[in-house]
Amino acid sequence: MPINSIHWFRKGLRLHDNPALLEAARGSQTLRCVYFLDPWFAGASNRGINRWRFLLQCLEDLDSSLRKLNSCLFVIRGQPANIFPRLFKEWKVSRLTFECDSEPFGKERDAAIKKLASEAGVEVITKISHTLYDLDRIMELNSSQPPLTYKRFQTLVSSMEPPEPPLEPLTRELLGNCVTPVSENHKERYGVPLLDELGFDTESLAPAVWPGGESEALMRLERHLGPDSTAAWQENFERPKMNSSPLLASPLGLSPYLRFGCLSCRLFYYKLTELFKKVKNGSPSISLYDKLLWREFFYTAASNNPRFDRMEGNPICIRIPWDRNPEALAKWAEAKTGFPWIDAIMTQLRQEGWIHHLARHAVACFLTRGDLWISWEEGMKVFEELLLDADWSVNAGSWLCHSCSSFFQQFFHCYCPVGFGRRIDPNGDFIRRYLPILQDFPAKYIYDPWNAPEEVQRAAKCVIGVDYPKPMVNHAEASRLNIERMRQIYQQLSRYRGLSLLATVPSNHMEVVSVSEAQGAAVPPTCRRTQSSTSSHPGVRREQPGPSRPKYRGTRHRHALNHRTSPYTTQSNLTENGHEFAVPQQPGRLFWPIGGGAGKRETEAEHNGCHGDDGPSTSSSALKAQVDKKRREDGEGVAFSS
Amino acid sequence: MSNTQNSSLRPPRMKRRLSRDCEDSTSSCEGPADSYKRVRQPAEDPGDLSNWARLPQEILLHIFQYLPLLDRAFASQVCRSWNQAFHMPELWRCFEFELNQPASSYLKATHPDLIKQIIKKHSNHLQYVSFKVDSSTESAEAACDILSQLVNCSLKTLGLISTARPSFMELPKSHFISALTVVFVNSKSLSSLKIDDTPVDDPSLKVLVANNSDTLKLLKMSSCPHVSPAGILCVADQCHGLRELALNYHLLSDELLLALSSEKHVHLEHLRIDVVSENPGQQFHTIKKSSWDAMVRHSPKFNLVMYFFLYEDEFGPFFRDEIPVTHLYFGRSVSKEVLGRVGMNCPRLVELVVCANGLRPLDEELIRIAERCQHLSAIGLGECEVSCSAFVEFVKMCGRRLSQLSIMEEVLIPDHKYSLDEIHWEVSKHLGRVWFPDMMPTW
Repeated sequence: MPINSIHWFRKGLRLHDNPALLEAARGSQTLRCVYFLDPWFAGASNRGINRWRFLLQCLEDLDSSLRKLNSCLFVIRGQPANIFPRLFKEWKVSRLTFECDSEPFGKERDAAIKKLASEAGVEVITKISHTLYDLDRIMELNSSQPPLTYKRFQTLVSSMEPPEPPLEPLTRELLGNCVTPVSENHKERYGVPLLDELGFDTESLAPAVWPGGESEALMRLERHLGPDSTAAWQENFERPKMNSSPLLASPLGLSPYLRFGCLSCRLFYYKLTELFKKVKNGSPSISLYDKLLWREFFYTAASNNPRFDRMEGNPICIRIPWDRNPEALAKWAEAKTGFPWIDAIMTQLRQEGWIHHLARHAVACFLTRGDLWISWEEGMKVFEELLLDADWSVNAGSWLCHSCSSFFQQFFHCYCPVGFGRRIDPNGDFIRRYLPILQDFPAKYIYDPWNAPEEVQRAAKCVIGVDYPKPMVNHAEASRLNIERMRQIYQQLSRYRGLSLLATVPSNHMEVVSVSEAQGAAVPPTCRRTQSSTSSHPGVRREQPGPSRPKYRGTRHRHALNHRTSPYTTQSNLTENGHEFAVPQQPGRLFWPIGGGAGKRETEAEHNGCHGDDGPSTSSSALKAQVDKKRREDGEGVAFSS
Repeated sequence: MSNTQNSSLRPPRMKRRLSRDCEDSTSSCEGPADSYKRVRQPAEDPGDLSNWARLPQEILLHIFQYLPLLDRAFASQVCRSWNQAFHMPELWRCFEFELNQPASSYLKATHPDLIKQIIKKHSNHLQYVSFKVDSSTESAEAACDILSQLVNCSLKTLGLISTARPSFMELPKSHFISALTVVFVNSKSLSSLKIDDTPVDDPSLKVLVANNSDTLKLLKMSSCPHVSPAGILCVADQCHGLRELALNYHLLSDELLLALSSEKHVHLEHLRIDVVSENPGQQFHTIKKSSWDAMVRHSPKFNLVMYFFLYEDEFGPFFRDEIPVTHLYFGRSVSKEVLGRVGMNCPRLVELVVCANGLRPLDEELIRIAERCQHLSAIGLGECEVSCSAFVEFVKMCGRRLSQLSIMEEVLIPDHKYSLDEIHWEVSKHLGRVWFPDMMPTW
């Protein structure tokens, strides 16, 4: 029986190192490469125009590469689940191939398609090629849990075989007799759409700083080993320096290409090794692949956690009482904070779709724990709209890190929205480039123009408060408040009572995980209900009578347990600090374990202040006294308040 | 499981409400109906001794104390005896009111009905009360409303905690003060009070002192702009049991330190000072060395925690003389020179955290700190460049007493002696445990 294949492109928009694509071609009579695009969804989605442009350029490039092989791309308008059954019939498909998606929703979607395919008698072949490693293998090595610290992840990965070498690109030879039947109206039906066809206004659109596509990606990669190898060396192997980082888009930058899979991460990995060997002798240690490994780390952390991108119900996320403040959020997102360093970065992000990772730290810290105390989820959404390399896992993971919501980050260090930029770029050229209004400010004041004397402002033709906004927060005051809040939150999580700020966060190298027996993440559908119900009035909730209630609560309980054992369970032999890192008993309810400190003065004083030495624990009842004693010995307070 | 079967056991309305209210934070492993069934079954067997309904109240109390409110509420629906246990005063001594508005917070609020119930039924049992309030004025107002109804209770601790922007500051001062003084006047045995970022003022502190001077042990009032140095001095003069105090630097005076170290006064345990500059170039007063000396003589073990949020050029008056600071936090950039003075003049230093410093490496300063701060056991460095060899030397000098050591990887400068890969081994060796620098994603 003849084999008719479909290769389904999602990410992995490339012909090189694409094992699933090769599978599609192997021994087939026909091959059709499809990409699903929902034009109605496009306009409504929260992806910004730069991301759509990048995607369409990737598709154009893919189409033209396929045409060189006498094939072409089929861009199909609609949703895969609706359209595949029809395609299976119409094209008499017997084989469907695609790249594995490690992300929870991708997995869900793929499972549904696999089911459809098997119902239609279509063989499905999937291959891992978006990540260096098989993420399930990494978790297997870590007792079926995703590692929660990057160090741990590095250790696990270095104990594994190196990633598989990249495969050859699809060629005419590999295609052999395999053909792509093309209909006459192919362009109308399956052509790559234009941006304005998707409803975007392209008139005022500046040329792309990051042109999409596999060809561009490969050209950039070639430069790494060619004339630019010194720069490539610096970019890839030298640790980022606080004071000399290239903030501008680099012609060597690859992150968006890795995101869309225009570039195979394995190819990049082996090119990096080659580059290392070219410049130095010997083979590089695992830490030299940091950039790639951070990406891999976040994919791993997220792969079984559908709530990885939110605080509620995410077992690895610390609940922090962020402020809801749409006006402040808008100022941040629209580059109107009044801090030139922050605004310049946000402008670069909006215009070009990429910012340096130090710049990401700066704006993310400013939005969350540093100054505005706004939820990282909001920042993540803005990045999702604007940042070309924002992938669901990687984007959420970075924000979890930046906001110190997970992964054992030390929160003591907040980037100063004035000093940090000044250290990297003392002259302020970066600011002048993206905020021309501040162009004529002297370097002395360009990071804090509101401190410039009036005559300086007038001479610079930019009066603060008129031509450029005043700073939206007093950074000193905001950081005083915020560091105190973070300290309190971490203290409650860690049950640590001493005065040390540093001791409230467990050291990053202790791996710690026992993210519970059940996948912390496998949140049952009930959770969605919870979520929707949170928005309704509290008095109206929970009215569903009868049998559903107990069941509902049952699932929630499992969920809560997950929290209990999640991010801060420490292997006891590793606690060198003498203090315990227990787990929040109730996620996010940052309760105040009033009774706990009764024994020790130091203890007491620090936890949120006030409870006297005759806490509720010193009750007259003998039984109670025992409880207290026990509690003191355990060094942990019991939450009396709910 | 039908509702009717359940309803005969259902205790007063409140708990049903309450369960709805708190459902997101806690839960029991099964519904009330399930637990009812399971619990009652053994009871139907007369020979079975495990009659849960007859558990002594003491034991129930003991168990209930470990349960979150929601679980207690579910349990209280099981039988009369459990329901009585639910209302035992011991379980209502502590309460944390969470006051959040959907428009300004992601977190849930304590349900208004529960608040009403507590005020009605349990307010005389309350002893340890805190309010967590989001950034909306409504929430702060709601907290004040509750406070002003706490007339028949005697609180031992009270905490007003702003979880986001400080919203108590947005209330009319008089409104806040009158609510707070209700508690001051009625409690008469307050021992701990945390009122950071609130519009508390001198007269209200006088009321506090007049009613609670014998019992007050802890007072936290950082960033209370309406309090003057005289106001806090009055507290220190009269409350001889005060052991912990947190305030801003502008309230700190020689007189205050002398009052705290008077003979009548108990040993001070913690003093926390926040040094915040309102506008650049602000001038700060100095504290005499003799006042600090008096403090140390009086309370040799006291901890002095200082948080600095200053511009680099505002450090003039600080660290000129010896100061008994134990925990130091620099929230903004601080110069090499000031850190040099820290090394010279802070012999009691236990923890040092520096968020940022200038462009030159901190090498000599760190070495000096290791040399002279013999009690230093925790250090955290943010944007502070240090050469690898100086860092290793520092760690070697401090050795295993460094229980906390935190530095960002990107500020360690490799040099002829150590590369970044080697430093982790070197440092681990001197610390006697595995250590890594902190890392931020480079993606």
